[in-house]
Amino acid sequence: MTQLMSEDGIRCDGRRVDQLRNISIRVGVLNNADGSAYIEFGKNKILAGVFGPRDVHPKHMANQDTGILRCRYHMSPFSVTERKNPAPSRREIEISKVLKEALQPALILKDFPRTVTDVFVEVLQADGGSRCAALDAAAVALADTGIPMRDLVSACAAGKVADRIVLDVNNEEDQEGQADMPVAIMPNSGKVTLMQLDGILTSEEYKTCLQTAIGGCRQVYEIQRRALIERYFESGVQ
Amino acid sequence: MMDVKRRYVIPGDVIVTGPLRPEQNVYQEGDRIISTCIGISEIFENAVRVIPLTGVYVPKTNDLVIGKVVGTSPLSWEFDINSCFIGFLPAQDVFGRDYSPTKDELKQRLNIGDLVAARVANFDRSRDPLLTVQDRDLGKIESGELIEIAPSKVPRLIGKRGSMIQTIEMATKAIITIGQNGWIVVSCDDPEGLLKAIEAVKMVDDLAHTPNLTERVKSMLGIPEGENNDTINE
Repeated sequence: MTQLMSEDGIRCDGRRVDQLRNISIRVGVLNNADGSAYIEFGKNKILAGVFGPRDVHPKHMANQDTGILRCRYHMSPFSVTERKNPAPSRREIEISKVLKEALQPALILKDFPRTVTDVFVEVLQADGGSRCAALDAAAVALADTGIPMRDLVSACAAGKVADRIVLDVNNEEDQEGQADMPVAIMPNSGKVTLMQLDGILTSEEYKTCLQTAIGGCRQVYEIQRRALIERYFESGVQ
Repeated sequence: MMDVKRRYVIPGDVIVTGPLRPEQNVYQEGDRIISTCIGISEIFENAVRVIPLTGVYVPKTNDLVIGKVVGTSPLSWEFDINSCFIGFLPAQDVFGRDYSPTKDELKQRLNIGDLVAARVANFDRSRDPLLTVQDRDLGKIESGELIEIAPSKVPRLIGKRGSMIQTIEMATKAIITIGQNGWIVVSCDDPEGLLKAIEAVKMVDDLAHTPNLTERVKSMLGIPEGENNDTINE
């Protein structure tokens, strides 16, 4: 077993307990999608592409009152050390569902009845916390598409490693740590749209963990915001 | 233009707090007015709106659009109007009231792939947009070059009281038909003018959010500054 934390509180990848991995986001990287984003979240490399609103196929899925959202989270065969079967696994189906439910509250689709908005998330390289990174990229890609949104969605995980609450759990800490809690919020309204918990926490730890994760989400939001502003307002000469 | 406050916003940004009227691309929560898209916010005469920099075309009644025939049914043509909804043009609109599916052949008038300038006659949430060609300058487009730009940038291409489009048309002698859906047809007898006009339209698409755009388009077209001083300064 690797040592997850040194005595002076430095984690296995050299971070402090309250430090995020390096994050960079690029907006509008795909020409053929209506909106797109690429995120590097530590060693995670994730592409998100959005199509829509567009016609619903199969037709019976269409809703006469509002647009619908579909989400696909997929890991490339080469995203992990051992080849991953490209067929959707149980885990990918679950993540697709939670991504959809985490993005839905932020979108205003009532002006697009009988249409669908498709979000495709492709994990090129995975390193723990990929559902949060995927959500961050998907939210930015949706904003790039121009679909009306109440707010962005920012996501970040927190967890318990070596009996301490840490921000942004990486792959080793996820495998061998004691708890992992991905959280997504709508940063301006502060509403939580995703909260999962794998592991056991006392109620005190739970509160700290949630607060730590929300703090992380707010840091991620600043990066998302900067990426969008860079794409839209700094490309031309001002 | 007096006292317009402009700011760059992204979805979720609170534009202003107070008793103002929310207009396009914003929503109100309590007394906060929040942006729903990426764009430039404007507060003007107690109304708040956001000019979007990205987004799809949502049909509005009376919009002039350019559509491409993608199919026919016994009573109507179906149009791709660069939107998530398909436009319908009833056969009676072209053939007149005595249209009969047994007598007239839709494809004689408009075939699949034809471009048509049409107006949105009716559109609401419950049905797809209904088009009409019953107006001056509407109908099949026989010649010209089709350019696609982002629908959110169409207002910039037109400019204040049509200043931008007039500038381009005058400098190149081209005739430019602008569909609100972001499809634009440029036709010109002079091939050089055609290329110039296309370049100008694409330039507006690329640089839509930058200030003094009319000036820059003018210098690209080779119009000396100071002429036709009807510019927009944003």
